[in-house]
Amino acid sequence: MDPQQPAEPVYYICGDCGMEIPLKPNDVIQCRECGYRILYKKRTRRIVQYEAR
Amino acid sequence: MSSSNENTTSSSGSEQSDSRNDTLDFIEKLSDVPMGKLPPHIDFQRTRVDCKADAPIHTDTFQYSGAYASMGVDNSLLDSFSSNFRVEVIRLEKDEMEFDMIGIDPAIANAFRRILIAEVPTMAIERVLIANNTSVIQDEVLSHRLGLIPIKADPRLFEFTENNAANEKNTIVFGLKVRCEKQGKRKGPKREGQEQDGQTRITVKSKDLVWLPNGSNFALESEGSSSNSSSKPKTYTSFTCSQDSLPEFSSNPVGPTDGDITIARLGPGQEIELEALAVKGIGKTHAKWSPVAPAWYRMLPEVIILKDIEDELAEKLVATCPVKVFDIEDIGNGKKRATVARPRKCTLCRECIREGKGWEDSLSLRRVKDHFIFTIESTGVLPPEVLFTEAVKILQDKCERAITDLC
Repeated sequence: MDPQQPAEPVYYICGDCGMEIPLKPNDVIQCRECGYRILYKKRTRRIVQYEAR
Repeated sequence: MSSSNENTTSSSGSEQSDSRNDTLDFIEKLSDVPMGKLPPHIDFQRTRVDCKADAPIHTDTFQYSGAYASMGVDNSLLDSFSSNFRVEVIRLEKDEMEFDMIGIDPAIANAFRRILIAEVPTMAIERVLIANNTSVIQDEVLSHRLGLIPIKADPRLFEFTENNAANEKNTIVFGLKVRCEKQGKRKGPKREGQEQDGQTRITVKSKDLVWLPNGSNFALESEGSSSNSSSKPKTYTSFTCSQDSLPEFSSNPVGPTDGDITIARLGPGQEIELEALAVKGIGKTHAKWSPVAPAWYRMLPEVIILKDIEDELAEKLVATCPVKVFDIEDIGNGKKRATVARPRKCTLCRECIREGKGWEDSLSLRRVKDHFIFTIESTGVLPPEVLFTEAVKILQDKCERAITDLC
């Protein structure tokens, strides 16, 4: 990734209230809604294939 | 050893000769058996299953053409089949039909049933491409549920898939994109009254599946950003034209047979985004391709009253039968007699002949061996009468293949 460009915010999910929180590098890991400090990564949009059986 | 022993043997010898004379007398008194026609008791064994209180008897069928040759009766199938076979439709509804097949061997009737269940092709979801699924139902379970949804699309318009190559001739693509939005900010303390939190829950139904006649919209990863200079990114399917431009589908769009089949439930913030690829297959591979739910037959019941059943006994008989086969008729002088009103309803529970020898002697429960009451319940992919004609065609193909193999 180009270090010059401003980093895209990454969305995390609050472990308490379930809000989506955009975080940039060096942001405080904390929910902006409720102050909870445990955040979860979202599922990637990478496509997984299943056999419907 | 002793004389007494000799005595017994001699006396028994005379008894034997007596019984032999009796038998000869009996045979001599018998009227001639007409040639070319079976005597009634043999014909009864040939055409009926007799259901006794403990077990049915004469259950086997006689297929050998020369089985009654000694009586001058030709038992070969083909002549009698072509002249006697008939089909009578009893009931025909949108997804269900009942018809009688008369004058057919149980082996062939069963072949139709098995072909209907396992060999008439339909379309069913086989591959599921999941982009996002944050619901509580796992990807694998979700895919399995999708596979079981009956798809209303005429399978005769599609080809079987070869090596997973998906094109507009063999694949139907459905998209599913559902998201349960959060309703504003959370009120009140957490973990209390989650149902009354003002949030909605969404039930994802089969009507949410959207037919994508142009094929998949998901780009293959290997073709990602590197070759985006060309017109379109490569997707999971390679359709050369849109399916809804084809005349077969423009008037009759494809989709699930029923719109209200529950696929999943979503809580606030959860979402499902996927594509499902339906292909042609048969029930032998997986039950999801089976077009019937189910197809079955039973032999025609025949209830015969051998000795008149009157008054209290008649009333008892009517009350005993759980499917109300019997009725009571008035025979004057205040006397009543039992009659067989609805023999077709008999399920052969044998409740009526259970209570002792008297009942078994006065009632005879039978099944007609070559009369099948066939019921086909379609899952909705094709009308039941079309399913049956397809089954007949498949059996025909199989016979033709067997003949070419022999030549």
